[in-house]
Amino acid sequence: MIWEVFRQDRKGQPFEHAGSLDAPDAEFAEAWAREQYGRRGESVALWLAPRDAVHVVGDWADEFDLKYRRVDGYSIKARLKEARERAAAAGTG
Amino acid sequence: MNELLLLGLADDELILGWRDSEWTGIAPMLEEDVAFSSIAQNEIGHARAVYELLADDADVLAFDRKPEEYRCAPLVELHLLDWGRTIARRCLYEVADEIRITALMEDDDARVAGLAAKINREEAYHRMHAEMWRERLADTPQFRSAVDELWRYALGVLPPKQREALAARLGREQVDAVERGTHDDAFAALHDEMTMVRRSAPAGAQW
Amino acid sequence: MAAVEISRDEQAFLEYVQGGGQVETSDWLPADYRAKLVKFIEMHGNSELMGVLPEREWILRAPTLQRKLALTAKVQDEVGHAQLIYRVVEDLGKSREQCLADLVSGKSKFHNVFHYPTRTWGDVGVIAWLVDAAAIISQKALLKCSYAPYARIMKKICWEESFHILHGRDVILAMVTGTPAQFELVQEALNRWWGPLMQFHGNPIPAEDDPMFLWRIKSQGNEEARQQFLDGYVPQILELGLTVPDPQLRKRDDGVWEYTEPDWAELKSVVTGHGPCTAQRLAFRAHFIDQEQWVRDAVLAA
Repeated sequence: MIWEVFRQDRKGQPFEHAGSLDAPDAEFAEAWAREQYGRRGESVALWLAPRDAVHVVGDWADEFDLKYRRVDGYSIKARLKEARERAAAAGTG
Repeated sequence: MNELLLLGLADDELILGWRDSEWTGIAPMLEEDVAFSSIAQNEIGHARAVYELLADDADVLAFDRKPEEYRCAPLVELHLLDWGRTIARRCLYEVADEIRITALMEDDDARVAGLAAKINREEAYHRMHAEMWRERLADTPQFRSAVDELWRYALGVLPPKQREALAARLGREQVDAVERGTHDDAFAALHDEMTMVRRSAPAGAQW
Repeated sequence: MAAVEISRDEQAFLEYVQGGGQVETSDWLPADYRAKLVKFIEMHGNSELMGVLPEREWILRAPTLQRKLALTAKVQDEVGHAQLIYRVVEDLGKSREQCLADLVSGKSKFHNVFHYPTRTWGDVGVIAWLVDAAAIISQKALLKCSYAPYARIMKKICWEESFHILHGRDVILAMVTGTPAQFELVQEALNRWWGPLMQFHGNPIPAEDDPMFLWRIKSQGNEEARQQFLDGYVPQILELGLTVPDPQLRKRDDGVWEYTEPDWAELKSVVTGHGPCTAQRLAFRAHFIDQEQWVRDAVLAA
């Protein structure tokens, strides 16, 4: 049974995927994950999840230009430059 | 401080750690290879801590005695390079060791009691590991016959007054124990190998 | 960042990985790429596992408790690496059981340096210091591997390898500052290991002709790796008063190291299973795989 292992570096940090592990049950998975992902003190906590329990989502359709929802959807730079120039011109005029 | 008892404890941990590290690279699964190696390292770490209570230089106690001066129990010396007997030994040893360490946690000497408590916290993980394996192997003939074979050795880990507790915990009858203080030929070979590099340079050489 | 669409076309895939792109297990992979990945990563896993055996017996002979603990921890790391690496191979479609069967039958290979005997405690130091140094150079170059799951585990592996080099160098330093006999043990070990170390990174074939580079499984050529090794470690060897057993070795004005041509015939013979310890080590490993099959049956057949 494959277990996906997530580890936390320090308290407060996000859990990151660390790798996977083949173990017959949660008890063995815990014992072996403790060793593989924590024996040098590199983790403060682990999450172990059976691979089958992980529901994967890996694609998004964006056919109608929904980029206003993303940070690259705004060309602030050019407009900001223009606004600053206008303000400067108004101030000195 | 009961120095002879502590020396026996430290020698048990040293020699069992040494035996367990023989599994490096060849355990039944790689995951267990890694886990078992940590246990071996912990045992040797415990031995070192106890030697440091007894002498200035732990290495001198660990390496520079004559074979007959080691106080380890015959259980830990046995050369058991098969997994059924290795796990049976671990399971028996962990229970015996728990009885011994828990008693030491009440020792009049605060240094001994404090160290016993520290060792006990690490042993808790070893017990979990042993129990996990016992559950899985309990029904195999390899494991069952190994426990039968090693039972009289396990009794020899403890002084007579603590043996009843061990028998009760494991639900077994007491038999004649294989007592501490004698060593078989396998120990002579182990000692020879353990000290060969160290002996190759004059005493006091640094490694 | 928008996901890059990988076309089901091998050429587009090639261009993608050559441009620095990385792929995941669930992406479409050209059959040749997958086969090369399995072969390369499996050999790495085999090497970690077989790399345990030259050091294993010296765990039992380590001259102080501290050395014993550090060496045990180092070898433990190697087994852990084998575990991580075989997991990656398994997700590519080849089981660990099959990898181990192919290893012990001699069908798959492992690195040249793990076919040689470990004669003294001096060899233990040289292995931990210089063999691991040579290996970390190859492994660091895999941090950029086009196959992302492999690149990711390499971070952990390289981090752990850095402890090994520290341990190895410390073992060597204790001996070169010890008795003359201890110094001599190190020099003799260096003499024995220099040949295999120079062969370690492989023939100096141009990177473009190396299929592992073509698919960006590796990100550097063999000679580049060897030059990096010489540049990093020859000065460190010499400063200890040790002699590198190659009278031709010198660094040219343009920064390139010249050296005696390594024995490529020996490399070929060794990695194809004819090294001095190959048969004995494979038989030893095979014995325990066989002997402990009942344990895996009892535990894994849940």
